[in-house]
Amino acid sequence: MSKEWPLWEVFIRSQHGLAHKHAGSLHAPDAAMAIRNARDVYTRRNEGVSIWVVRSADIVASSPGDREALFEPAQSKVYRHPTFFPMPDEVKHI
Amino acid sequence: MPPDASLLDYLLRLADTDLVLAQRLGEWVGKGPVVEEDIASTNVGLDLLGQARMWYGYAGEVEARIAGTGRDEDAFAFRRDAHEFRNLLLVEQPNGDYADTLARQFLFDQWHLLLLRALSASADERVAGIAAKAAKEAAYHAERSADWVIRLGDGTDVSHARMQDAIDGLWMYTGEMFTAAPAGDPLAAAGIAVDPAMLKAPWDARVSAVLAEATLARPADGWMQKGGIAGVHTEHLGRLLAEMQFLQRAYPDAKW
Repeated sequence: MSKEWPLWEVFIRSQHGLAHKHAGSLHAPDAAMAIRNARDVYTRRNEGVSIWVVRSADIVASSPGDREALFEPAQSKVYRHPTFFPMPDEVKHI
Repeated sequence: MPPDASLLDYLLRLADTDLVLAQRLGEWVGKGPVVEEDIASTNVGLDLLGQARMWYGYAGEVEARIAGTGRDEDAFAFRRDAHEFRNLLLVEQPNGDYADTLARQFLFDQWHLLLLRALSASADERVAGIAAKAAKEAAYHAERSADWVIRLGDGTDVSHARMQDAIDGLWMYTGEMFTAAPAGDPLAAAGIAVDPAMLKAPWDARVSAVLAEATLARPADGWMQKGGIAGVHTEHLGRLLAEMQFLQRAYPDAKW
């Protein structure tokens, strides 16, 4: 077994209604301590109202090598953006 | 002692205890066992420093009521010698290893939280206000240090032995936290200060519960060191102040 504490990814919600955003990572022996460490490392300047932590090893990421297959096909699909609908002038914030 | 003189003395006890422990925790900057702990323990130190500033601020006002002028927080922190400091002996004890630091923090935090919660109901509005604000920070400190005592006590053979040594070594400094107020103390009578003896039973209960969960033996209440709140300190305070006060002593009123 490695003597290093496992790595955790930290997600902070900055205010009610917003989604949790990835803030960074840290080491901790377990989830409870990861929350505490996240509180001390990432919310010292009043950044958050909620913390999520997840073991970095449990995150499944897309492979950079698959980038072409995964993302390039979306580049030429301009019709997927809802920009072809005329919007009435009264509608704001869209 | 007239009431304001007693209050000044009492505020300096609270302020000095916070400041000295903050300075001790600050000594871990850049040297923590892991970077997360480095940040966490200096965070606690900064909380305590902020609390010390509030107590010093009020102490200066009380001193002005007595003497016409009152010192500011820097004069209290940097221009007094060890015998003028009123902090508990417990908090000036050296950092030792991380178990010593956490044991000291644990024994202090459980008392500190009880004290601040009791002071939140002080008859003096300023004392009550500062205590209520500080109690929220202290609640986190108390939970954090108790958690560490349990983790290390109920950890490996080595961490258990070290934490037991740390608790045993510091135990003789815990009695001072509960020194009863002298008979006729005007602050206790006026409901401004808390009689520390009242904190002993809840502190005992909490500390015993954590030590039991940590599989640590609670030391017997034997000989207890006293003197900090009268200005009679262990040899360690002078060295701590020498480092903390050096700049202001060598270059008075230095600015940068």
